[in-house]
Amino acid sequence: MSEVTFDGAALPTKERTRSYLTEGHTLSSWLFTTDHKRIAILYMAALTFFFFVGGLAAALIRLELFTPEGDLLSADGYNRAFTLHGVIMVWFFLVPSIPVTLGNFLLPLMIGASDVAFPKLNLTSWYIFMAAGLLAVYTILVGGVDTGWTFYTPLSTAFSNSHVVTAAGAVFISGFSTIATSVNFIATIHMLRAPGMTWFRLPLFVWALYTVSIVMVLATPVLAMVLLLVMAERVLGIPFFDAARGGDPLLFQHLFWFYSHPAVYIMILPAFGVISEIVTCFSRRRIFGYSFMVYAMLWITVIGFMVWGHHMFVSGMSIYASLVFSFLSFIIAVPSAIKVFNWTFTLYRGSVAFDSPMLYAIGFIGLFTIGGLTGLFLAAVPVDVHVTDTYFVVAHFHYIMVGGAVSAFYGGLHYWWPKMTGRLYPDGVARFAAILMFFGFAFTFTPMFIMGFLGMPRRYYTYPPEFQIWHVLASSGALLLAVAYLMPMAYLGWSLFRGQRAGDDPWWATGLEWRTTSPPPKENFFAPVRVDNDPYEYHPEDVGPHHEHKEPFRTQGEVG
Amino acid sequence: MSVSPQAMHEALREPWHSLHRQRQGVSFGVWVFLASEVMFFSGVLLLYAMYRILYSDSFATAARESNIWFGTINTAVLLTSSLTMAVASEGARAGLRRLTLWCLLITALLGLTFLVIKGFEYREDITEHLIPGPHFKLPDPTAQIFWALYWLLTGVHAVHVTIIALVALFNFQAWRRLRQLTSPAFEGLALYWHLVDMVWIFLYPLIYLPGRSG
Repeated sequence: MSEVTFDGAALPTKERTRSYLTEGHTLSSWLFTTDHKRIAILYMAALTFFFFVGGLAAALIRLELFTPEGDLLSADGYNRAFTLHGVIMVWFFLVPSIPVTLGNFLLPLMIGASDVAFPKLNLTSWYIFMAAGLLAVYTILVGGVDTGWTFYTPLSTAFSNSHVVTAAGAVFISGFSTIATSVNFIATIHMLRAPGMTWFRLPLFVWALYTVSIVMVLATPVLAMVLLLVMAERVLGIPFFDAARGGDPLLFQHLFWFYSHPAVYIMILPAFGVISEIVTCFSRRRIFGYSFMVYAMLWITVIGFMVWGHHMFVSGMSIYASLVFSFLSFIIAVPSAIKVFNWTFTLYRGSVAFDSPMLYAIGFIGLFTIGGLTGLFLAAVPVDVHVTDTYFVVAHFHYIMVGGAVSAFYGGLHYWWPKMTGRLYPDGVARFAAILMFFGFAFTFTPMFIMGFLGMPRRYYTYPPEFQIWHVLASSGALLLAVAYLMPMAYLGWSLFRGQRAGDDPWWATGLEWRTTSPPPKENFFAPVRVDNDPYEYHPEDVGPHHEHKEPFRTQGEVG
Repeated sequence: MSVSPQAMHEALREPWHSLHRQRQGVSFGVWVFLASEVMFFSGVLLLYAMYRILYSDSFATAARESNIWFGTINTAVLLTSSLTMAVASEGARAGLRRLTLWCLLITALLGLTFLVIKGFEYREDITEHLIPGPHFKLPDPTAQIFWALYWLLTGVHAVHVTIIALVALFNFQAWRRLRQLTSPAFEGLALYWHLVDMVWIFLYPLIYLPGRSG
């Protein structure tokens, strides 16, 4: 069994120091680049900005809720703050986050290609995203929107006095960027795999990007259309959801959740991919049940389109429809559980190292499990009726989207940072930040489960004093969480200038992205790539990456 | 006329290694995007289906207000343009320059004709007060839903028809030899144009034919 070997140190110095970062230093060399790696960096800059904006709104919310009275924001101001938080975080951070940054950077590297299938389209999608982002920022500056991120009719079409049209327009436009990226990814994975890189040799992160792209291509247009209907009804006064003229506002909810439930999988599927890469690398073991991991993601992709009704149990659907959606929502928990078990079995008898990416990954597994299990509470119709529109729901989806997806994003960022920049960060500080993120998160959102179950409704800016203890806990936790999110920006930024050189493969990982220099050259690889082995061949030791540099393993007393 | 190796080389783009594979990739990419477009229209067609089941009488009355002449002529125009586009795409692949240029030009002109006819139809609709709102022509409020869907569906379709700008651009580029005939983009554009045509084939019976059988 031969594996793609590469030794960057053997290259001539001129080749070794050449990278995608050294190909031009002007602003236009960045703004008109078609290099997927540079586009990933452009996206990263944009997403960092939106993460700050969304985070600022979260800070306002948690500050307001510190006391039972409304002392910081007006009722209307509070509505605008949580809508801003939702819209920005969902469409301008979480949905694009892992695919457009880590995915854009790594997908061609992982399959042995020199770029994505349509490099110009890739750059175009960034510009579309920025146009959408500008419109979103404009919406915020002129006063924001107060409908909640869900834009429910008839509030959004007939009653709201805020800037619904520009907000919906921003989301509409960002959808084109998402679709362009996912078309690009699907074509890349189908057409540009290196010789020998068969479908069942793909790293699971590539499979994750593939499945998420399918969901994006098929779900995003439905959201685009329904937002178009809302904008048309609001601007032109033509009825789609107007009950006075025979329209049915509930139809909006069906179409909206037909996108927005799969959107949850858009956020979590790439995270699954990242975690699979990290867990195998830091337990030095082949992933447990590779093909099941793939089928689980495909299963989620398909069933994810059939569970939207569980957001509408109290909206007046027939009880039969509710029961079918409830059943399907239980079904979709199975593949997620398979994935959690398989990660755990990968750890079992592995040689586990607790570097910072691994700490994020282990934190992910714990938080995602809690998020997933509380999802089953909500999938059960009677429990859901009790906790609908309470903080229980808020806690549940933050466990998935923040505890899950954002932890995985930070984990992936730490794992691939040396590849992207060629520098190592101080791992001690990074481990501290990872653990702080876990505790800060649990501190913030666990009290929400309790107060939600006790009856604290979501989207209220004042509340009865008996809930204050839980809100104070959550707000204090949010402070820790904010520190945990900001810390990496400091030490990762520092590492850019002062960090130790990473070398080609600091983690001794499998995967083609480590078979080139860090940071990689513009064309990704120095020689044509051929793949002859399965992914994750960490074990046994004598076939793992860089085994030729390792001292051979011997048991005590063995002579050899 | 055969395709020279140099022409193939000039149509090849990064990161592809062969024009054949690039052509497959472009078609495949456009097909994936077409799946997205299908989902885009299916959301609003679901709305149409539900409201038509709920208000079938009112939909029949409302649809009789549409002008079937405009609709039918436009169907013929668009179907013909799809034919010329298909010929242009195959012609480009075979390296038949004159045929390709003419067919692209005719496609763009037919697309423009479609939009002009649609414009006359819209003018008539407006003068007949067929815009949903306080001055709507028909008394039944649910008839407004049909016309809301009419304006939205035909409007969004018309926006898709403006892709003829790209047809015209490709025609210009091919004429000035700025774009090789071997470029896979002709086939990609043709696929997209056929989708525009297909959508109309669905819209025509949904908009113009209800209520006209009796």
